[in-house]
Amino acid sequence: MSTLTEAPPPLAPQAPEPKPPKRRGRWTPYWLLLPGILWLVVFFALPMIYQASTSVQTGSLEEGYKVTWHFATYWDALSAYWPQFVRSVLYAGTATILCLLLGYPLAYLIAFRAGRWKNLIMILVIAPFFTSFLIRTLAWKTILADGGPVVGALNTLHVLDVTDWLGMTAGDRVLATPLAVVCGLTYNFLPFMILPLYTSLERIDGRLHEAAGDLYARPWTTFRKVTFPLSMPGVVSGTLLTFIPAAGDYVNADLLGSTDTRMVGNVIQTQFLRVLDYPTAAALSFILMAAILLMVTLYIRRSGTEDLV
Amino acid sequence: MPFVNWLKRNLVVLAGLLTLGYLLLPNVVVTVFSFNKPKGRFNYEWQQFSLDAWKDPCGVSGLCGSLSLSLQIAVWATLGATLLGTLIAFALVRYRFRARGAVNSLIFLPMAMPEVVMAASLLTLFLNMGAQLGFWTILIAHIMFCLSFVVTAVKARVMSMDPKLEEAARDLYAGPFQTFVRVTLPIAAPGIAAGALLAFALSFDDFIITNFNAGSTVTFPMFVWGSAQRGTPVQINVIGTTMFVVAVLFVLVSMLAGNRRNRQKA
Amino acid sequence: MTNKTDPGGDVRLTGIAKTYGAFTAVHPLDLTVPQGSFFALLGASGCGKTTTLRMIAGLEEPSAGTVFLGDQDVTALPPYKRPVNTVFQSYALFPHLDIFENVAFGLRRRGLKSVKKQVDEMLDLVQLGEQARKKPHQLSGGQQQRVAVARALINHPKVLLLDEPLGALDLKLRRQMQLELKRIQTEVGITFVHVTHDQEEAMTMADTVAVMNAGRVEQLGAPTDLYENPRTTFVANFLGTSNFIEAEVDSESGEEIVLKAGGGKLVLPEARCSAPATTGGKVLVGVRPEKISLTHADDAGEIPEGRNRITGRIADSSFIGVSTQYVVDSPVCSGFEVYAQNIDRDPRLVPGAEVVLHWNPAHTFGLDAAQDADAGVEEAA
Repeated sequence: MSTLTEAPPPLAPQAPEPKPPKRRGRWTPYWLLLPGILWLVVFFALPMIYQASTSVQTGSLEEGYKVTWHFATYWDALSAYWPQFVRSVLYAGTATILCLLLGYPLAYLIAFRAGRWKNLIMILVIAPFFTSFLIRTLAWKTILADGGPVVGALNTLHVLDVTDWLGMTAGDRVLATPLAVVCGLTYNFLPFMILPLYTSLERIDGRLHEAAGDLYARPWTTFRKVTFPLSMPGVVSGTLLTFIPAAGDYVNADLLGSTDTRMVGNVIQTQFLRVLDYPTAAALSFILMAAILLMVTLYIRRSGTEDLV
Repeated sequence: MPFVNWLKRNLVVLAGLLTLGYLLLPNVVVTVFSFNKPKGRFNYEWQQFSLDAWKDPCGVSGLCGSLSLSLQIAVWATLGATLLGTLIAFALVRYRFRARGAVNSLIFLPMAMPEVVMAASLLTLFLNMGAQLGFWTILIAHIMFCLSFVVTAVKARVMSMDPKLEEAARDLYAGPFQTFVRVTLPIAAPGIAAGALLAFALSFDDFIITNFNAGSTVTFPMFVWGSAQRGTPVQINVIGTTMFVVAVLFVLVSMLAGNRRNRQKA
Repeated sequence: MTNKTDPGGDVRLTGIAKTYGAFTAVHPLDLTVPQGSFFALLGASGCGKTTTLRMIAGLEEPSAGTVFLGDQDVTALPPYKRPVNTVFQSYALFPHLDIFENVAFGLRRRGLKSVKKQVDEMLDLVQLGEQARKKPHQLSGGQQQRVAVARALINHPKVLLLDEPLGALDLKLRRQMQLELKRIQTEVGITFVHVTHDQEEAMTMADTVAVMNAGRVEQLGAPTDLYENPRTTFVANFLGTSNFIEAEVDSESGEEIVLKAGGGKLVLPEARCSAPATTGGKVLVGVRPEKISLTHADDAGEIPEGRNRITGRIADSSFIGVSTQYVVDSPVCSGFEVYAQNIDRDPRLVPGAEVVLHWNPAHTFGLDAAQDADAGVEEAA
């Protein structure tokens, strides 16, 4: 106030002091975030750190583990289990491509051709989700049973000869071969492909097809030049949503495969829950996580889609 | 060649329907085999028609116990994840704050992480803390991985909501609390419901994360997994069929009710 | 309904301003809207008119200045404590509530239990009594708009704020709703503050129009006053169309200014010149296209004395029914626009013809030559 008395008298009626901007609800977002984020930090992020630390520990169950920065565990795990890693990528990759090939027509059908059946088909795509996926996976044991109608048909059509030559099946069997595992993976993660594909297809203005047709594009050209490029966001998120869980899956390899089809998920599970070799299991899990994050990042960069969430 | 032309035009429809068949075939098999009377311990080959399993769905020891445990966990996990997730979604859409990017990544990462990695690392944490594995560890894990899905579902709904609606409410004498209860919440409700439904389905059906963190507690998916090694009782198919039918009916009824409501109002 | 002399409905803004970081949406602004008047804030998008409205509503906090309703300083009051209601641009009807509950919303929030009579009356006033139990999405755009008005008016606010309320309607419905709103305003006598970018709408409905540009009020006045006597090129171009000639002041008598443009002389009443006119200085001379008459050069002798005149050649003409619009190139100004009523059409007036443009000096207005003659042309488009 003392400075005010020294100041020269104002010439005009003084304008009111500008008020400081009110900080209405400045802390509100943090309060809203706190419980959920804390949950994720403690039960998602912190475990990752624990796991990283476990992977460089040595010791035994009886004597306890100590951090010894024993990075050799990584090397040992990789050299012992690289076939499982390769299989994971191969099986998950094949399943993803199959999901795209199978899922696209269905998503297209729902988006553009289903008419009044649209909702019903949608329900039929989602409804299997509500039956335990383990029960549904076990059903494939019946479907692909040795000497069953499916295997018989594949045999008659000489499909099995081709897959045998590719190393996907052995002899007249489908069960307990890579083909069965890929088939199960494809089945299990197909809805994760169909839903994002459908979402991005449905956003496409139907008049674009007419415009393309009007501009002398045949149906196939219309698809290649208009529909497919516009559905790219769906393709990208669909392939990611399929590939990521498929690469870490061990249920299909266990139920439908054999010891020759074990994937990295099976190894992690066995090391953790049966062998109790925690450092190796943690290292494997860490490698899987890093590999997938790396692939996802590169893939998103390349396809230029960032709006996945 | 009218047939070839017809085929050309409807190729995509045929391919789509084939995929739909591929998706539904296992459910058909599950249903059919719920009426089977298998020889031996495994229910993979058709023997003869029987209603035995339908008459006594709880006839296998541990089955219905695991089912009710899974339902309990799913209900609590849904409540927890929906509450926490809705709060996060509102914070993300409605406020500007520091560390927004970090929060977004923390939401996105659990969805981009293979389940086995989350399962293994969470087990490491529990082992390090010396936690007793069981109901609570399962619940903690389920809330953790359902949370992100709820956030995504609610966020989409809140984002598509016109902020003018809340301004209108404030303009019409509704204070902050009234605005939230009378306008924001009812309009966000479908998104919250979708998130909750998703959380319920995910939790109820989760196997991998549960298997790592359950200790000796047995949920329904774990019961199925165990029976795949020891012998699959027909009752599993009964439960599976019931779940499928209930889910389809639930969706159909709610859709029909929605249609009728719209027609009446129109 | 409300006593027209009660000052409770005066809206007084003193030194009100809004800045977002480095961007100034509204420069310090003084404005008084008298009780019971229909006031329009007119301007292109981004001119600050909506921000001003939202500051009155309390939806936006002013960076400086004060908002008075009557004698009460409401600057610090949140919107739900201000006796002011808004009709939003997209109507913002609550999609989960039916029409009745939408209209009843404000009454219920203020704790009224029995609202049925009032809501029914209000719905009858906007002719929607039959639709009370429908949801907003089942109504047409025009009906939704009326619900939005009813929902605000039922609270008997001291001021009703309308944020581009007719923007989403098609042209015909818009005209109809303009008259309807005007009728309602006359009936209830509440102060209306209406934000719009449509100059015709503002002129049709409002008693007083404030033209805003880049966060400032360019000019304020009755619609005819703004149109006939604009004080900036922005107002001249934003409201209707204007032709401008840059001219030099030749002499100045206190009553009239005589200007030199090209070889000719133009007369401008001193009262209609908003720029300081000193001999030798420059002035922008403006005239509206419909005030100008066109005469073929051969008949130049028949033009009465005392009119401002310019010679030129028709560059283009388009027949639009009630009038013909000519574009005339002249040595003093190219692209002169002239609207001629189609009363007696001279068949010689075709592109290429030499013509004389002439008008009553009383229709001339003078502006400061330092400004851009094209300001506001783009915004008005």
